[in-house]
Amino acid sequence: MTTNDFYALSPLLAVGAAALAVMIGISVKRSMTATAGLTVAGLFVSFAMLFPAASIAPRIVTPLLVIDGYALFYMGLVLAGTLTVVLLSLEYLRDRGAHPEEYYILLLLAAFGSMTLVASRHFGSLFLGLEILSVSLYGLIAYVRGNEKGIEAGIKYLVLAAVSAAFLVFGMALVYTATGSLEFSRIGAGATPTDPLFLAGAAMIIVGMGFKLAVVPFHLWTPDVYEGAPAPVTAFIATVSKGAVFALLLRLAGPFHILDHPTLFTVFSVIAVGSIFAGNLLALSQGNIKRILAYSSIAHLGYLLVAFLAGGVKGATAATYYLSAYFVTTLGAFGVISLRSGRDREREYIHDYRGLAWRRPWLAGVFTAMLLSLAGIPLTAGFIGKFYAISAGVGSSLWFQVVSVAIGSAIGLFYYLRVISVMYAQPERHSGGRQAVARAISFGGGMILALLTLGLILLGVWPSPLIGLITRAVSGMN
Amino acid sequence: MTVEWLILIPLIGGVLAWIGGRRSSLLPRLISVASLGAGLAMTASLWNASPPVAGRTAGQAWIAEFNTSWIPQLGIGFHLGLDGLSLLLVLLTFFLGIVGVLCSWNEIKERTGFFHLNLMLVLTGIVGVFLSLDLFLFYFFWELMLVPMYFLISIWGHEKRAYASVKFFIFTQLSGILMLLGILGLYFIHGRSTGIYTFDYTQLLGTRLTPGQSLWLMLGFAAAFAVKLPAVPFHSWLPDAHSEAPTAGSLILAGLLLKTGAYGFIRFLVPLFPDAVESVRLIGMVLSAAGILYGAALAFSQEDLKRLIAYTSISHMGFVMLGIFAWNELSLQGAVIQMVCHGFSTGALFVLAGILQARLHTREMSAMGGLWAVTPRMAGMGLFFGLASLGLPGLGNFIGEFLVLLGSYRVSGLVTAAAATGLIASALYSLRLMQRVFHGPKRDDLTMADIAVRETTILAVMAAVIVVIGLYPGPVLETSKPAVEGLIQKGNPSLTPPGRGPGAVKPGGESSGEMLR
Repeated sequence: MTTNDFYALSPLLAVGAAALAVMIGISVKRSMTATAGLTVAGLFVSFAMLFPAASIAPRIVTPLLVIDGYALFYMGLVLAGTLTVVLLSLEYLRDRGAHPEEYYILLLLAAFGSMTLVASRHFGSLFLGLEILSVSLYGLIAYVRGNEKGIEAGIKYLVLAAVSAAFLVFGMALVYTATGSLEFSRIGAGATPTDPLFLAGAAMIIVGMGFKLAVVPFHLWTPDVYEGAPAPVTAFIATVSKGAVFALLLRLAGPFHILDHPTLFTVFSVIAVGSIFAGNLLALSQGNIKRILAYSSIAHLGYLLVAFLAGGVKGATAATYYLSAYFVTTLGAFGVISLRSGRDREREYIHDYRGLAWRRPWLAGVFTAMLLSLAGIPLTAGFIGKFYAISAGVGSSLWFQVVSVAIGSAIGLFYYLRVISVMYAQPERHSGGRQAVARAISFGGGMILALLTLGLILLGVWPSPLIGLITRAVSGMN
Repeated sequence: MTVEWLILIPLIGGVLAWIGGRRSSLLPRLISVASLGAGLAMTASLWNASPPVAGRTAGQAWIAEFNTSWIPQLGIGFHLGLDGLSLLLVLLTFFLGIVGVLCSWNEIKERTGFFHLNLMLVLTGIVGVFLSLDLFLFYFFWELMLVPMYFLISIWGHEKRAYASVKFFIFTQLSGILMLLGILGLYFIHGRSTGIYTFDYTQLLGTRLTPGQSLWLMLGFAAAFAVKLPAVPFHSWLPDAHSEAPTAGSLILAGLLLKTGAYGFIRFLVPLFPDAVESVRLIGMVLSAAGILYGAALAFSQEDLKRLIAYTSISHMGFVMLGIFAWNELSLQGAVIQMVCHGFSTGALFVLAGILQARLHTREMSAMGGLWAVTPRMAGMGLFFGLASLGLPGLGNFIGEFLVLLGSYRVSGLVTAAAATGLIASALYSLRLMQRVFHGPKRDDLTMADIAVRETTILAVMAAVIVVIGLYPGPVLETSKPAVEGLIQKGNPSLTPPGRGPGAVKPGGESSGEMLR
């Protein structure tokens, strides 16, 4: 390896080093502040190293990893998402007592796995990245040991993730048999798309990734895990974990001829449309906001897949923009939930939000903005994202899928508006005592939410810089 | 130069009003009235300064234009343009906006800052819709109107506000997305045939489309506009939204929001897809006539005062749609007049209904009756706007309906005859409204104050505008004439090389001015 290789890998190395440093730090002295500080510093250093890495990109480092503009963009997204989650977790963990320090190791490792995933060009690194991510998530989901739901969710995730990993590995083996290679680019060159062995392998890989993306019909774990996991961890699963896998899917699309192969194309269309309808329809009857967001995330992955199906630079750009907007929005929404959660329990039921707009106008305003962005209303990032996704779909004449997006977002309005109208309803008079318990939002938490909201609106009214960045990153892929 | 300020003024005013609302409940009202007044004055000055009609040819109808790039990667520009048609509607918007603030002066007591923020944001969206010349920008403003309107209904509305606001939102949002699909389809077809991917209206005009493409894209646009207008099978959100909204909300819904649908038909649908519209012209006209009669019939059978007025809107907007589908100068000018006058007359009726509800705490007409003796001034106003609504000659609405019928008669005598019977129906429901509310036996225990100076002034000014338009519509017609002429050329498939086709539809052009002088 040359110096330049190290430069190219430096963002990844920085996060890995930070995880080690935190681990050693904890063994020396347990201090929540120091641990969190070290974590944040590691993430910042890693983010800063993206720029020197960008100057020598694209570069293939070992057969396993490729550091190109695309990987670096997604690494930036992963780092920003993780940083937000770290900051949201501070108070959440402080309220929940014992030993919050190891949480940060797991979070850093999960970020490390995600970054490996977005930079991988080989089944080996794909699997390593995915497993580092999954194993960290088992711990994170069940981290609050007093919470039975959390432990149940952790076990559920463990079992399903293990099954999906098994599918993935089997699929890889079949593809290897068919093509004789584990490198994406060589697989692309060696594959005959009609080979049943190759198709079976691809299908099993799709199953494995479908679990991670929580698309229909692999979505059954989502609501329970979203509900049971600590709110900041849920935010991480919803954004960073899914985003990294989706980035990988976009990277695989070319070599695997997903879009050229009629069967695979149909499979993805069915998954997309199924996710849109199942997610939106199931969200309608939920009374728990985390579950609503879980089902809505299934639908959003469906919209994303429509952009993905559009193919080409345009489709990838649209999908990446959508994902970036979704990051901001989802982190904001879960940010509100985690900052509102009290010592005893999370404020996750719709009725916890009754009249919030009149007691906490700013917080309710932030939550409203996030929900409207999820619904795709102008002035928010979600609007441009949805517009871009639909536009990519129309550009590739995917009328059926696009009409599904249209109908799905109309259904989606029902449950987003339900939460919003509860927030703006008259507060219940008799419950004044209980609401007095709810704490004020700390300065730091407020700042994060303010920044996310600002980003949301900025992406909604002035998207061209980000679109430019993404277009450059995506066109450099492969 | 100034045209972008027409959007910024209500936006900034709204934010200031919101901030001001933390200090007192009076401040937001004053700020809103002041900023809307400034917008009104600015529009009026543009009107005044606009070059005389003779100096403008049909093709260059823009009084003011503003164009800058917004999202260049997708060919999206921030392109605004003001012509005679949009000028009249922007004037109407600012005027009714002021009325909206004034009529909720005492009605809205809680969260006035937030109320006025929403009110001003709706108005911003509406002005934006009337000014946009970029289809993405148009869609942006189109959707932007919804959220604040949703809040107006769902926070300050009446009993069934949750149901009504969600229904309103979903109807308009779903139809809006269908329009987005139409917009995108047009964008890609234009881009592929010319290599220029743009959302700019002026460039998309005249895109070559096959009949099939044209029809489907047209239907996408038509879905959004027909829901907003509303055309008859898509109207079911309207009575709920109108009757549950607070007074200012009903006023803006009826007076302005419905006009955005009509405006969309005139500005975008017909000029962009002239051939497809030609092929469905008769269906459109039949639907319009059906809307006129259906709205009137349902209005006649309502017990709820605001629901009654809501159904009359369906009937009146049917005339607008009839004028649009007939697509000649007479009928379009009639539609424009009808849009403006309907804004005033129906708006005023909603203000009256709001006043009645504030005092009687009911909208049921069975609880009213004999109010002429109790509140003579209010009853007088009610009579005036009732008569305006039934199309009494001498008042503005008559001019609008008359011109529409005159114009549409050239296209289809049969449909026009059916639509004309709507005038009789409107007399029936207007007189029934008068009879039930203001005449008849008075309930013994009924006492209430007559309308105050503020309310009288609002209504008197609105009445004056209707009278002026009714007696001297020249200025209004001349303002919209160049715009309408230009649009007719664009939207007329039979005149493909402008001005050289068969003159079958032309005669309307000459006669409308003379006849009205």
